[in-house]
Amino acid sequence: MGSTSPATEDPGAVPTGTPARGPSASGSIWKDAGRQLIRNPVFIVCSLIVLVVVSWALFPTLWTDKGKLECDININRTPPSWFPGTPPPGYDTDLDGYPLGTTTLGCDMYSQLIWGARPSIVVAVVVTALTALIGTTLGLWAGYYGGRVDTVISRVTDIFLGLPFLLGALLFLALLKSQSIWAVILVLVVLGWTQMARIVRGTALSLRDQDFVEAARAMGATNHRIILRHILPNALAPIIVLCTIYIGSFIAAEATLTFLGVGLKPPEVSWGITIAQGQAFAVAGFPHLLVFPCTVLVVTVLSFILMGDALRDALDPKGR
Amino acid sequence: MGPYAVRRVLQFIPVLIGTLFLLHYMTVLSFQINGNPVRALFGDRQPPPETIAALTRAFGLDDPCLEQTGNPCIGMFVERMTGYFGGDFGVDFNQQPVVDLIKRAAPVTLRLTLLAIVFESVVGILAGVLAGLRKDRFADNFVRVVTVLAISVPIFVLGVLTQIVFGLYVGNWVRDRGAPDWVQAIFSVSYQSDFPWASLVIPAMVLGATTLGVVARMTRTGLIESLRSDYVRTGKAKGLKSRRIVGIHALRNCLIPVITLIGIDIGTLMAGAIVTEGIFNIPGIGGLVYRAAVTGETAIIMAVVPLLVLVYLVASLLVDLLYAVLDPRIRYG
Repeated sequence: MGSTSPATEDPGAVPTGTPARGPSASGSIWKDAGRQLIRNPVFIVCSLIVLVVVSWALFPTLWTDKGKLECDININRTPPSWFPGTPPPGYDTDLDGYPLGTTTLGCDMYSQLIWGARPSIVVAVVVTALTALIGTTLGLWAGYYGGRVDTVISRVTDIFLGLPFLLGALLFLALLKSQSIWAVILVLVVLGWTQMARIVRGTALSLRDQDFVEAARAMGATNHRIILRHILPNALAPIIVLCTIYIGSFIAAEATLTFLGVGLKPPEVSWGITIAQGQAFAVAGFPHLLVFPCTVLVVTVLSFILMGDALRDALDPKGR
Repeated sequence: MGPYAVRRVLQFIPVLIGTLFLLHYMTVLSFQINGNPVRALFGDRQPPPETIAALTRAFGLDDPCLEQTGNPCIGMFVERMTGYFGGDFGVDFNQQPVVDLIKRAAPVTLRLTLLAIVFESVVGILAGVLAGLRKDRFADNFVRVVTVLAISVPIFVLGVLTQIVFGLYVGNWVRDRGAPDWVQAIFSVSYQSDFPWASLVIPAMVLGATTLGVVARMTRTGLIESLRSDYVRTGKAKGLKSRRIVGIHALRNCLIPVITLIGIDIGTLMAGAIVTEGIFNIPGIGGLVYRAAVTGETAIIMAVVPLLVLVYLVASLLVDLLYAVLDPRIRYG
């Protein structure tokens, strides 16, 4: 430890602080991160995929002219002609206008995948926004004030930690017996905010005793101002990284719960529903019913998670 | 270590009672809001009201507090807890004692979880060591890509795809060539009670995949870090063989967090078993919980979920005690 940094042990040395290497040298941490991200091919590819999927969710009609429930049960489960393997006898693969074949209920697979993006994205974005809001507020509170507030918040997060996420969500949703998008959002938020609160609390705890906070306090800043102007901006980087990863995992969680039959249900169109309906027939010789929706789901989840990883690397000064 | 363990065991009690009460309140609220689950047993048939009343009484669901939305029904809770202390865990809607159901399902899930833990720790640690030793080379990049995939692919997607690829295609190929029965059992689409271990191998791999990814990454990072440390340099200077340096000095130090992870992960495995057991038709605890949750069978939920929480608590206690064994610097007063 000592041998590497002799300068700081020199009593006459200027204490290293923020003003010494200010913004003038290399720009803010965000600018640096941005510059690094633009040169990262993984990040570029992932954000393009995310943009495409988000545009499916926002403007599905730009991508497909077939309606959400425009299905023909007479042509159900038809694999596309280019798909490897022989379809079971009696299945005509020469359908025009169905690039990815048809689903279990005879809808166009391609347009179902486009329409299915919306519920996933809505659930993931709303849940992430709410967990970030609740988790950040409570985490900052617990970390900054400490004491009794901290004890209460930490014990509550402890209880949730013991209950496995999936098991808890399954039980809540099954007992709620309401398979709407709002029920899924409610349950995911109730179970999801604790981890965010924990991480923000840790960050706030480490920032609380830093010199710049002391300085602000010495200048008479109120606790409110210190939290909003000094602690929060410094805790923002891990929060943003976590949010990006959360969007990916909540998309996965929604699909899992829907697959288990407690999430969204049929008149709604979602990737989880398409996979659940295809599962029984996939083993019976129609693998395309699973391969396409699974690919879309996995690529989307992976893009968000890899984007979060790239963001973390870019925002972490230690990694440079 | 003794007093510490006792204190930790005593701390289980409030957590368990809290969980039990939370579950009780949830099931009561569900009853109050959604109505009597007994009615749902009959599907679209219309049973005479006397039948429903009699069944409701038989399942102990005739308490008047169940008519008042929001009432926590403390009386029912106390009654159930006294039953639990007397060893009475109630019956399900088919009049089967819940204890029997658990006894039948638990060994299957136990085998599944055990196989998953063996798989994720052996393969995960090996992959992590391989990647850590060959940092930034092909093996490392390969392991990193695979682990990212393993972590982010939802377990049910992995399950259904594995079922098709290994159960169906590889399975058919193996069956066509008349492989021995146990090989056929490994590559089957569902659980076979004649081969209680072999037919659980692939479901266990699916179940353990997520944690395997995390284990491999943690081992890799830890190994890279400890290979840079002073004691490894000392070992090299002493002329120790690299196998001893890696195996005894570097690996043992970086495995401590990995073991915590595996221990804590038992809870996640139990929850993941719901998905895996559903896909591969395995008659285990996960399937039991799932069925109970969907049909609203309070007796099963109230007995099995706290059991899972207890397993999680005991596992994390064991991990903490194991810590002191693995790392002599840690002592519990």
